Amino acid sequence: MSEIISDEQTKTNHLEKSVRKFEKYFSIFLPFLTVLGAFLVSALLIFIVGESPFEAIKALVNGAFGTLYDAAFSLNRSTPLILAGLGIAIGIKGGIFNLGGEGQIAIGGLFTTIVGIYFQMLPPYILIPLCLLAGFLGGGLLGMIAGYLNAKLNINTIISTLMLNYIGFAIVSLMVKGPLQEPPGIYIQSPKVGASAILPILIPGTRLHFGFIIALIMAVIIYIVLYRTPFGYELRIIGKNEKAAKYAGINITRTKVLGFLISGGLCGLAGGVEIIGYQYRLREAFLPNYGFDAIAVALLGQLNSFGIILSGVLFGGLRAGASAMQRAIHLPQSLASVVQAIIILFVAGSSALSYLPKYFAKRSVKNDTE
Amino acid sequence: MILNEILSVFTSEYFFVVIRMATPIILAAIAETFLERSGIINLGCEGMMMFGAFFGALGSWLTGNPYLGLLLAIISGLVAGGFFGFMTISLKGNQIVVGMAFIVLGYSLTSFLYRMILGIQLHPVKVAGIQAFDIPLLSQIPIIGRVFFQQNPLVYFTYFVIIAAWVIMYRTSIGLKISAIGENPKAADSMGINVIRWRYICTIATGALFAIAGACLSLTQLSLFADNMTGGRGFFALAAVILGRWNPIGATAGALLFGAGDAFQMRLQAYGIPIPSDVLLAMPYVLTLLAVIFFRNRSSYPPSALTQPFEREVNKSHGK
Amino acid sequence: MQPIVQMSDIVKTYPGTLANDHVNFDLKKGEIQCLLGENGSGKTTLMNVLYGISQPDSGQILLNGSSVKIKSPLDAINNNIGMIHQHFMLVSPFTVIQNIIMGEKSPKEPFLDFQTAAEKINDISCSIGLPVKLKAKIWQLGVGDQQRVEIIKALYRGAKILIMDEPTSVLTPIETKELFQAIKKLTTDGLSVVFITHKLEEVMAISDRVTVLRQAKKVATIDTKDTNKKELANMMIGKEFIKNIYSKSVHYGKTVLDIKDLYVKNEMNIQSLNGISLSIREGEILGIAGVSGNGQEEIVDSILGVKNPEKGEIFINGKNSSLWKTRKIIKSGVSCIPFDRQNNGLVLELPIYESMMLKGWDELPFTKNYLLQENQIKNFTNTKLKEYDVIAQGASTKVSNLSGGNQQKVVLARELSSQPKLLLACNPTLGLDLGAAQFVLQKIIEARNEGSAVLFISTELEEVLSISDRTLVLFAGRIKGEVHQNSTMEEIGLMMAGSETTNLECD
Repeated sequence: MSEIISDEQTKTNHLEKSVRKFEKYFSIFLPFLTVLGAFLVSALLIFIVGESPFEAIKALVNGAFGTLYDAAFSLNRSTPLILAGLGIAIGIKGGIFNLGGEGQIAIGGLFTTIVGIYFQMLPPYILIPLCLLAGFLGGGLLGMIAGYLNAKLNINTIISTLMLNYIGFAIVSLMVKGPLQEPPGIYIQSPKVGASAILPILIPGTRLHFGFIIALIMAVIIYIVLYRTPFGYELRIIGKNEKAAKYAGINITRTKVLGFLISGGLCGLAGGVEIIGYQYRLREAFLPNYGFDAIAVALLGQLNSFGIILSGVLFGGLRAGASAMQRAIHLPQSLASVVQAIIILFVAGSSALSYLPKYFAKRSVKNDTE
Repeated sequence: MILNEILSVFTSEYFFVVIRMATPIILAAIAETFLERSGIINLGCEGMMMFGAFFGALGSWLTGNPYLGLLLAIISGLVAGGFFGFMTISLKGNQIVVGMAFIVLGYSLTSFLYRMILGIQLHPVKVAGIQAFDIPLLSQIPIIGRVFFQQNPLVYFTYFVIIAAWVIMYRTSIGLKISAIGENPKAADSMGINVIRWRYICTIATGALFAIAGACLSLTQLSLFADNMTGGRGFFALAAVILGRWNPIGATAGALLFGAGDAFQMRLQAYGIPIPSDVLLAMPYVLTLLAVIFFRNRSSYPPSALTQPFEREVNKSHGK
Repeated sequence: MQPIVQMSDIVKTYPGTLANDHVNFDLKKGEIQCLLGENGSGKTTLMNVLYGISQPDSGQILLNGSSVKIKSPLDAINNNIGMIHQHFMLVSPFTVIQNIIMGEKSPKEPFLDFQTAAEKINDISCSIGLPVKLKAKIWQLGVGDQQRVEIIKALYRGAKILIMDEPTSVLTPIETKELFQAIKKLTTDGLSVVFITHKLEEVMAISDRVTVLRQAKKVATIDTKDTNKKELANMMIGKEFIKNIYSKSVHYGKTVLDIKDLYVKNEMNIQSLNGISLSIREGEILGIAGVSGNGQEEIVDSILGVKNPEKGEIFINGKNSSLWKTRKIIKSGVSCIPFDRQNNGLVLELPIYESMMLKGWDELPFTKNYLLQENQIKNFTNTKLKEYDVIAQGASTKVSNLSGGNQQKVVLARELSSQPKLLLACNPTLGLDLGAAQFVLQKIIEARNEGSAVLFISTELEEVLSISDRTLVLFAGRIKGEVHQNSTMEEIGLMMAGSETTNLECD
């Protein structure tokens, strides 16, 4: 092939190279920019409603990481977020948008509670793994229902996962008001799980429990599954290009249903770990909105295990800090959710930000020529 | 017998409630139908409805006039819709993710502002609501008059919206343009239809409709604002769009189904029928899921370009 | 006489590619001008600039002598420019009439007026001799009819300048003839036509003048009567044009693929294969000629098990594979270069090596002890990239950063590395420049010589005839016949058109 290389051609090649280089650093930098932007907007909101943003942020950070006890509690709150966030992330990698985290967390908690109460004669080294497995299966089953409906009957997963959330809540409510209610039936809650089901506390005197370590281990396992196993490869190919997967002979139905099982299972595990690590008994809405927050955690963490740990800790800190903030100054706790929503918006908009390097590079070249 | 009691639920009073309960879902479902026809899915219609519910109540509380409340709700909807459009059309953010953010934002921002503006209250603050209005003559017709024409003005507005939606979708060049940009935006663009502009028009106009749907809850059904008061009605609307196969009349039918389910469980609860209330509360959601399964249709597909942002000139790395 | 279109000094770059390099172009009133060039030479880009789809980096456009800025297709339409794209811009669930009037002001605005529109459309379509069924949905029409809709759509908007991008690539020889007549009729009515093509015969047959582009630059504009095919070919590819003559097979082995009486329905539940029977032996290339959309994709999909046949049987190496899953079929030695390589054969957003392992990812050496062996995979990829001359930075480069030709080479390398017993090659040279196309064809011949059975499907009739050992013609889901040594082009053309021609009448 003969090559005609003109000035324009070399210029565009050069441009391409510098853009790629810049993009590489930019993509690492982006989540931090996102969080910063979201906090600036939130500060503005606080200012508009007539409070001092500095006081608010000070109270928030203080509440979240001010003392060892606070920091431990932030990690306690981040544990279910990391687990569920990993679940959401592996789903998205496989092209599955799991909006059913809420219900899966609830059912996971229910299954774990049942095992933790009825098998409490077992020793911890058997009972704890059994509880975790039950939680995983509980969430996974609910996820699999959506996966199966989608694969076999072509039912939209957005609708099915959203509806299954409410069905999951209803099942938990029925259980804690009925067969699972703590005698004599005054409070709407289950009895405590057996002592041998309870996860050990990591730092004495704090609420940081072994569940956090489980979350870290799961982050590593999920990374290995996604990038080091044929199954993970198949799932990622389906997520990026289902047609190519079909032509390569990947069993899409099986892989996707398994993907739903794992995605829902991790959410269920989040619920289960919360029960045997912190709350010890089942209540209605025992992790409110964590299923939705997990989506934000997964997205902000760029669907990457390490990123999800970081963003999980951030969101856990927000959760923990917000209640402290509400006590310290008169800002409602729901501010934390507002901040989270703004972070999600920034994450969504950041795909546009990733065009920035290209845009600026192109402009600078244009200016050179003019 | 339980069966007799259940059957006794179906009175004209019941159908009156069905229409009232279905109204916000119908409005939201029609709005979502138009939006999805134009190629945009708004998962956050639940959040948009929360804005409408809150600002409607706020306006009514500030002025004492529910119609000014409705106006404030509409303005909030226009702003929210425009912002949703900016995020998804101009910034090309993932529509599902932006929708997600709107769900969370709708719940949390209204809750935050409610506490900031009204302070922490033990009981929800009552506001002036929109009163029912009997339509002369029509409301006198036996049964039908009670069911359809002794409703509140927002219900009558909804009747108008249903008819207008059908006419616009199937009889005007606007409907043709909207369907075209949702099915094949490149083709529409090459025929001189401004895809970006029409998608913005859709997000902004439907933002207002979502807000009115939310205001239905706070200004006609309850006359107060409460946290999370939409209770998943936005999600019903999403399901109704699928059930109605992206046709405004179909969406209306789907929304009526959920209204019927909702009204049914309310009636059963009121009659004290011995079914646990959680089962009853979960019924509309189970019903929705079953309806989506039962009425599934493999030959009916969503608009081809749904969720895909439009770009006239694709920046491909190799020219052709 | 002043030209009605003058484009001067047009520069257009895409990231990494220069598509138009200071190109000048002008069009006279009433002429048919061909824009000739290889794939990737910048023909379509230049016309996209004129139609407002692409914005040039620099350069100027004059219409009737006055400078204009064409920022969108709407500006182009308002300046009486119409364009028939290579990939039709039609809304397939819409009817013909809806497609034609969409975006146009109706006389009863905002309400639609189908009556008036139908009359106007009938007038236009009959005056140029291209009738259409107004109430049919687009997906129900064949590609030839869809193209008519495109042409009428442009004329309905009062186009005086008509751009046609490779319009004959989807047509049978007979339809091509009809199209040429219609175009000539249009120019006598005062329209000017830009006809984009890479086929020399068409340039000679239809144009008054021809502009040749090569690698983003304009080579020349000349009167067609003053030139010949040889000179044009020289200008187009920059060197002597050598028509390749491929060696035919010397040895046939046993039957590898045997299809018996196959019936298949497509997604729309329309019968798309009506009893196909064919067989291929080792060391044989069986060509399938025919206009696309006549069942080619369904044949390939059912061999691969992506689609289930309704009736009939498929045997691979003597075993009935009709009910096998795709993975089993692939593992039994079937390789495929799919029709839509970007969507069906590659994963654009992932690194090259992840597309390269898309055939044997779960077997040795790629997977060992249930774990992927990244080093093995990357080494394999790098070896193949070298062997197939793929221009890429390395195995971890994203596929989307490769040119079309290099992307096809990646697919080819993957599919041929397993030494397939059966190779399904679907439009393997589509969109490639001559160098890349010849490379691909050569590799397919090599595979055949090593004993693979090859099913070669292409819409380029000449290509099919030159490479195949045997050629069948497909029409409307049926094999219309086999091409013999003494078949004339007319006979083949008739088979491709299905001999019975369905003509609509004008009243």
